[in-house]
Amino acid sequence: MTMTVPRATGAVPDSATKALHRSYLRQLLLIRRFEEKTGEAYSLGKIGGFCHLYVGQEAVAVGVMAALRPDDHVVASYREHGHALARGLTSRAVMAELFGKATGCSGGKGGSMHLFDASLGFMGGHGIVGSHIPLAAGIAFAHQYRGGDQVAVCFFGEAAANIGAFHETLNMASLWDLPVIFIVENNGYGMGTAVARASAVNNLVVRGSAYEMPAEQVDGQNVLTVREAMDRAVARARTDSKPTLLEIKTYRYVGHSMSDAAHGTYRSKDEVEEYRRRDPIRVLADLMKTGGYLSDAELEAITAEVAEEVEDAYRFAEESPEPEPSALYRDVYADGGAG
Amino acid sequence: MATLTYRDALNQALREEMARDSSVFLMGEEVAEYDGAYKVSRGLLKEFGPKRVVDTPIAELGFTGIGIGAAMVGLRPVIEMMTWNFALLAIDQIINSAAKMRYMSGGQVGVPIVFRGPGGAALQLGAQHSQAFESFYAHVPGLKVVTPATPADAKGLLKSAIRDDNPVVFIEGEMLYNQKGEVPDGEHLTPLGKADVKRPGKDVTIVCHSKTVGPALKAAEQLAAEGVDAEVIDLRTIRPLDTDALLESVAKTNRCVVAEEGWPFAGVGAQVVDLIQREGFDLLDAPILRVTGADVPMPYNKHLERAAKVDAAKIQDAAKKVLYR
Repeated sequence: MTMTVPRATGAVPDSATKALHRSYLRQLLLIRRFEEKTGEAYSLGKIGGFCHLYVGQEAVAVGVMAALRPDDHVVASYREHGHALARGLTSRAVMAELFGKATGCSGGKGGSMHLFDASLGFMGGHGIVGSHIPLAAGIAFAHQYRGGDQVAVCFFGEAAANIGAFHETLNMASLWDLPVIFIVENNGYGMGTAVARASAVNNLVVRGSAYEMPAEQVDGQNVLTVREAMDRAVARARTDSKPTLLEIKTYRYVGHSMSDAAHGTYRSKDEVEEYRRRDPIRVLADLMKTGGYLSDAELEAITAEVAEEVEDAYRFAEESPEPEPSALYRDVYADGGAG
Repeated sequence: MATLTYRDALNQALREEMARDSSVFLMGEEVAEYDGAYKVSRGLLKEFGPKRVVDTPIAELGFTGIGIGAAMVGLRPVIEMMTWNFALLAIDQIINSAAKMRYMSGGQVGVPIVFRGPGGAALQLGAQHSQAFESFYAHVPGLKVVTPATPADAKGLLKSAIRDDNPVVFIEGEMLYNQKGEVPDGEHLTPLGKADVKRPGKDVTIVCHSKTVGPALKAAEQLAAEGVDAEVIDLRTIRPLDTDALLESVAKTNRCVVAEEGWPFAGVGAQVVDLIQREGFDLLDAPILRVTGADVPMPYNKHLERAAKVDAAKIQDAAKKVLYR
């Protein structure tokens, strides 16, 4: 399944590569539209609880997932709608979960922060900052234990790189040569706290060296550079059973969650606008247009197609049934019941 | 049937389960080359090798989470806590990850794992090394909590815990490791969720578990000398609680004392009292009394420490009070 990807610039892409880029573009657009719709649904009270949107960071999830095999595993934080979609969960299953419906990917009992699809190796969104980092290493431990060549990937924000679980896990992952890839999505802010106000180092990539772990800093606005860096990390994990730390520089255009403004307190509107100029969708679309394999009409067509997919997911979620009352006490214990 | 220490009974359970199922492995601090801080894992490294008996850095949160991750994809880890005091560093993983995973994934991802190690006070270890954590974990849906009191139960319950598909908090008694008892050979499985009548009686029920079973039996002997026939029920599993066994016993004795090593506030005994007053109110001829550790951090001084701990005399006194003697 892993395919060779040409450099972001340079050689003229062949038809397979063009198709791959089109699929990336579609995924970027889908996640963008999905999250916009999610924001609307939240404002209408269709979605409850905490809800963290991924707008602006899409190229990270898309580029990382593109490098994985179906039998690999992914563990994500609570800002994981985009990761779930990029891993292959349907828009319907994810939207229905946000609505808390029985047809949701976690049966309506997980919600925005706990999207799961074990059949796709998508082992959850997790809501405690950094606490899922050792879980990914444990999955990698199991792959190594059984002699398989699958890899485990863990997504988290740069603020999680300050918590003990991060350091304990990186130490053991390196000590034991676990086939795990740690993706630091550095969007510049942990909630409203800028990296420089929370971390003694601004470039989190240096934290790999403390554990003798290969580490790279990656431009997260370009899906192709993310994919290239991931290919290197996956090869290291799959063939050499070595972990990697990737610090992927990105930016979220929206607030930390649905309860805070995009700008005005801890960052300026100008800053957000500045980052929008290097929007991951625009970066890829421009590259494809320059290469002559994306027309404005094609871009519009894909945009319309994903908008329809998201509308369909929204309708599906609205029309889906609530969980049965009996679901309350189901699946607390392995016998299916409440123990 | 052999006579073994509690420690060696646990060791036998681990050895048998690791031999039976290659997905079972042991991970923790000092479990391999040092043969275990309390020697529960003695000889296992030699027998099963470093892949299955894994020494960790001192990083409870990290290696507990790694164990849970391995269990999420079907391995059956046994995670040793050098003592349960240190597991406070890992309690986020035990509660937020292990206990809730199955539920919040809509039943997709289970966590078949055992967290085990010694709990409770030993002798003069001071405040941070002398505490009983049963009630902390028993509060949490999704976890099972097991507290063996005898070598036979230690073996049988650990084997069952390892085969259980749920996360099991398995709290051993630090002061019980050297206790000897008859232990059935081979396939000896004690079901989780079943209490055990350690001494039948008809006048008063003494509910206990783990390290309070010994003092409860001693109290029962002393009561017998005074003409009181006490029944001693060892809970063995705190969650799920064996409600039938408790109600059956109180139906017979109409009087009950609950002893536990932990603190009184929101303790295991509070749950037992709640159950009996709710389901068996008409069975009671006297209010239920609880005997607990003193409601203080454990003092170092040996006289103060003794005063803080549950002992046979305190249980005996409580039993006499519920008998109005």
